[in-house]
Amino acid sequence: MSMRNAWLNSLLGTLALALASSLASTVAFADGPKLGKPITAQEIAPWDIHIMPDGSGLPAGSGTSTQGAPIFAQKCAACHGEGAKGGQSAALVGGPPRASLDGGKTIPNYWPHATTLFDFIRRAMPYQAPKSLTDNEVYAVTAYILALNKLIGETDVVDAQSLPKVKMPNRENFIIRFPDRI
Amino acid sequence: MSHSKHRQNRQLESLPPVAGNGLIDRRALLGRGVMVASAAAAGVGSTVGAAAEPMVDGPWSNEVGAVIPAYQVASRFEKHVMRTVDNPDNVPRNSRARTPHQLLQGIITPNGLHFTICHGGVPDIDPDKHRLVIHGLVRQPLVFTLDALARYPMVSRIGFVECGGNSAPLFSNEPLQQNVQALHGLASCSEWTGVLLSTLLEESGIDPKAKWVIAEGADSPRLHRSVPLKKAMEDAMVAIYQNGERIQPGQGYPMRLWLPGYEGNMNVKYLRRLTLTEAPAMSYYEARTYSQVLPDGKAYQFYFLQEVKSFISSPSPGLTLKDPGYYEISGVAYSGTGRIARVMVSADGGKSWGEAALQDPILPKAFTRFRMPWRWNGGPAVLQSRAWDEGGNVQPTRAEIVAHRGQTSKPPSVLAFPSQHFNGITSWSVDNKGEVKHVYA
Repeated sequence: MSMRNAWLNSLLGTLALALASSLASTVAFADGPKLGKPITAQEIAPWDIHIMPDGSGLPAGSGTSTQGAPIFAQKCAACHGEGAKGGQSAALVGGPPRASLDGGKTIPNYWPHATTLFDFIRRAMPYQAPKSLTDNEVYAVTAYILALNKLIGETDVVDAQSLPKVKMPNRENFIIRFPDRI
Repeated sequence: MSHSKHRQNRQLESLPPVAGNGLIDRRALLGRGVMVASAAAAGVGSTVGAAAEPMVDGPWSNEVGAVIPAYQVASRFEKHVMRTVDNPDNVPRNSRARTPHQLLQGIITPNGLHFTICHGGVPDIDPDKHRLVIHGLVRQPLVFTLDALARYPMVSRIGFVECGGNSAPLFSNEPLQQNVQALHGLASCSEWTGVLLSTLLEESGIDPKAKWVIAEGADSPRLHRSVPLKKAMEDAMVAIYQNGERIQPGQGYPMRLWLPGYEGNMNVKYLRRLTLTEAPAMSYYEARTYSQVLPDGKAYQFYFLQEVKSFISSPSPGLTLKDPGYYEISGVAYSGTGRIARVMVSADGGKSWGEAALQDPILPKAFTRFRMPWRWNGGPAVLQSRAWDEGGNVQPTRAEIVAHRGQTSKPPSVLAFPSQHFNGITSWSVDNKGEVKHVYA
């Protein structure tokens, strides 16, 4: 397949380049311009925020619903309403038992992975000040929303180990539309 | 004059019909081009039968014109040719601007009229400070400046971008009385120029374990979507130019991912990072927003493809027909899997169909303009178009889509997205006053 070829090509390319320079050749090498600069994981770290469904990417730290409640009241309720019941932005609790074409995709009735909650809150929320919460605050707000929806207990600690294990009720109801395109 | 008018009408009468209710064989467009063109000019908004008046000079002919501006915008008489914006006050939610297809022609959407959706407003990115990082399952993580990317071998391709939610109002159980802009305005077509993503990934090297590329933007939601590596290597582009100029802020300035034929939201704007992984991220936008609930409660995810589709942009709601006579039915057809092979048009609600003329160029994964000569007899008509692509895929009827994908139980707001990936047939009714309405037929 093409990615294997790409890998092989670049390997061959590297060998050819080594050979070319060992021969002190000045022949232009028919490879890319190579204008990207090498970058280290440490340099990427401030941007490296993807949280995967298996929990990889989750940072150190933790939070509970009790810790999350006042943070939510202060930083989230203006849009999502008191107790996450909805305001000018979506409710994060309640809703119909099942989503339909009339609407109503909710965290408990729809979202397949709890990790998406941490990921989205950290990268995009609060809407007016994204990425302003500490990791512990994100864990706490995540715990608050999960507990409101009875997906975890009131006192459960949410951290890198426990979050990927939260069972999301709708998890098995997704169908990949065009699997041959993956 | 009236003599030539009579001759013209006689010629119109003699054009060969190809299907019911006045559809004329498209070959008439070729063989009688001059005649049809003059008849077309006398069509919409004409005063058929009125006597001509002596020509006069307009004031603009008798005075010196304005200074040439450094960057020209449309005539002041074209101020109505605008996108519709659904969040003019920038309240905290996503915002959209829709393309006015009913006022455009050809296949290229002017840059300022290209549809835009932003999930955190339009960012104001300094191109000198913007960076693109490639990392994850690669041999060597790399960072690129815009200047560096601009030195790479460039590729230009014409192609569409369509929001997965375009045409979503047609999931309504009753036809919403809206125009083509409101119903289908979240699709546009441009010439995109940039660097093939495969070129950059070949430089970073690809670990054989990699199957996905997670693309992330520099906008305030740091919007991210998982793209199959297969697509990244096939024809994905890091686009820098749109119709010859640097891409618009609404399109991802200074760079966007362009995935020809794939769901708009995956074409990540303000592209700042590509992470190669074994598994998809299950990001908010792919796990929740751009997944489609089915009638049995299950849902599609990773739909990717914008399937074969067409719609008539003229006549369409708001463009009232004034007099019986010649009109050109025209619209766009496109498919995320390749070229358009055929467009059929009906003027009698699908009872009979005639083949439309396809305007060159007919490009893969791009708008193709279709045209169909029509003589409106002044009576009721239902106009429809149906497209086929070169892979043999056919645009479904609305009934076929709804049987599979469901519909609402009551009419939603036209701004709502009951589901996505609607590519069914659109029907416009014309009444005996020439008024055009959206109907289900």
